Amino acid sequence: MKIKKLLNRRTFLKGSLAGSAAAVSLSRSPEAKAATFEGYPDSMGVLVDLSRCVGCRSCEAACNEEQQLPLPEKPFNDFSVFDELHHGQKRRTDETRYTVVNRYEVPGLDHPLFHKVQCNHCQEPACLTSCFVNAYTKTPEGAVIYDPKVCVGCRTCMVACPFYIPTFRYSSAFQPRIMKCIFCYDTRLKEGKPPACVEACPQEALTFGRRQEMIRVGRQRIRENQGRYVDHIYGEHEAGGTAWMYLSPVEFEEAGFDTSVPKEPILNYVKDFLSIVPMVLTIWPALFAGIHLLATRKDGIKKQQQTEGEAEK
Amino acid sequence: MRCTFMAALSIMALMAIGALYPNQTFALDADDAPESVEIESLAELYQPVSFDHALHVEMADCVECHHHTTGQQPVDPNCLRCHAQSTETESISCEACHSAKRFYPEDLKERNQPELYHIDKPGLKGAYHLNCLGCHQQQGGPTGCQDCHALTKRGEQLFKVSIVPAENESGHDTHQ
Repeated sequence: MKIKKLLNRRTFLKGSLAGSAAAVSLSRSPEAKAATFEGYPDSMGVLVDLSRCVGCRSCEAACNEEQQLPLPEKPFNDFSVFDELHHGQKRRTDETRYTVVNRYEVPGLDHPLFHKVQCNHCQEPACLTSCFVNAYTKTPEGAVIYDPKVCVGCRTCMVACPFYIPTFRYSSAFQPRIMKCIFCYDTRLKEGKPPACVEACPQEALTFGRRQEMIRVGRQRIRENQGRYVDHIYGEHEAGGTAWMYLSPVEFEEAGFDTSVPKEPILNYVKDFLSIVPMVLTIWPALFAGIHLLATRKDGIKKQQQTEGEAEK
Repeated sequence: MRCTFMAALSIMALMAIGALYPNQTFALDADDAPESVEIESLAELYQPVSFDHALHVEMADCVECHHHTTGQQPVDPNCLRCHAQSTETESISCEACHSAKRFYPEDLKERNQPELYHIDKPGLKGAYHLNCLGCHQQQGGPTGCQDCHALTKRGEQLFKVSIVPAENESGHDTHQ
């Protein structure tokens, strides 16, 4: 509603002010680019198959070592972690773990399902677009990486992410930073190697390859195993498409997925609003200063006339 | 010239035999199988698996693990679309088809052919576990990680097994 109002105001301003034309055209060009951006063509992705995962936690162990994260509280072959609840919720990624596997008991299934959580590496990441110092980069390989050197610690990305992935290193007063999965970009992806978790998975529950290829593989798996999967690849369109995608044998809500995540980039919800911000910032001060001057000019003239009149008397 | 002629003749002879016995001639049977196989090409975090092949031959047909490669006719109608007439392949070992270096550039490059059907063929580690574990779950075979292979020193290091949880929570370990 608010956005609509602003839009109306924008159209009004566009029509009535010659000066705004330049600003509008400037602000529109990046917007148009974002609307047609379909992701890097050769970017990589991972297809996670919930029906294959047995919850062995090898991916968690491999991630911890590869990313040199702090030691966990429990060893990685301790499966009591699946019973843990923190504030009534299952385990989440945090500064000590970029990925976690959670167990879901699904009614009607004779075995539990395991749902691996990590950064989904969106095609158009909300964390990236929400960051006002550009600490995030979406690399052509598909990774969403983070530069702690420019980060100011505002944590807007944590609010923006539809999957609640970026976490903050509160434990360090001198080196606070965002902690999140980076697709093993520095050490593996850049060199064409699969991320550590993928290589560690014994069940090939994680399949790595070009994102486009992963969608083909997912479709084939659904088609050739009739009835064994829900006919949907979670992440193909969610949040505008993600590099990490999921196949599930049951409805995705039942395995802890948020199915209310919109099918378009989060950016689209704020793009219209954000595109008029530069215009507002450059034109409004001048415009209203002008109006103010015009409005007060009469008063000024009146005052002058009055004082002149008084002087004549 | 003479050589090529002879070669062509022998190929034709082989094809004629193949046409006479489409499904059996080149099929291996259980007697050809090894008694046991040491699966150690991937052993790093876990010790090698000593696979009792003779035991498994009693429980399953070759085709159930070796797909179409032994020359037995596959059961899955999807496989039959192409492999109804397939004969024994040059090698029937798992690693001949399932890459030990799955997801590495060479493996991905090999799959990057538009006409390729088997785009979803698992790597060696995936093939073992998907094949073994699926059946073991159904047939009541061992399913815990260390039921088949014990952790190596390197494995213990990766899984951080030396960590003792602070609280005394009684978490049951289903995989041990």
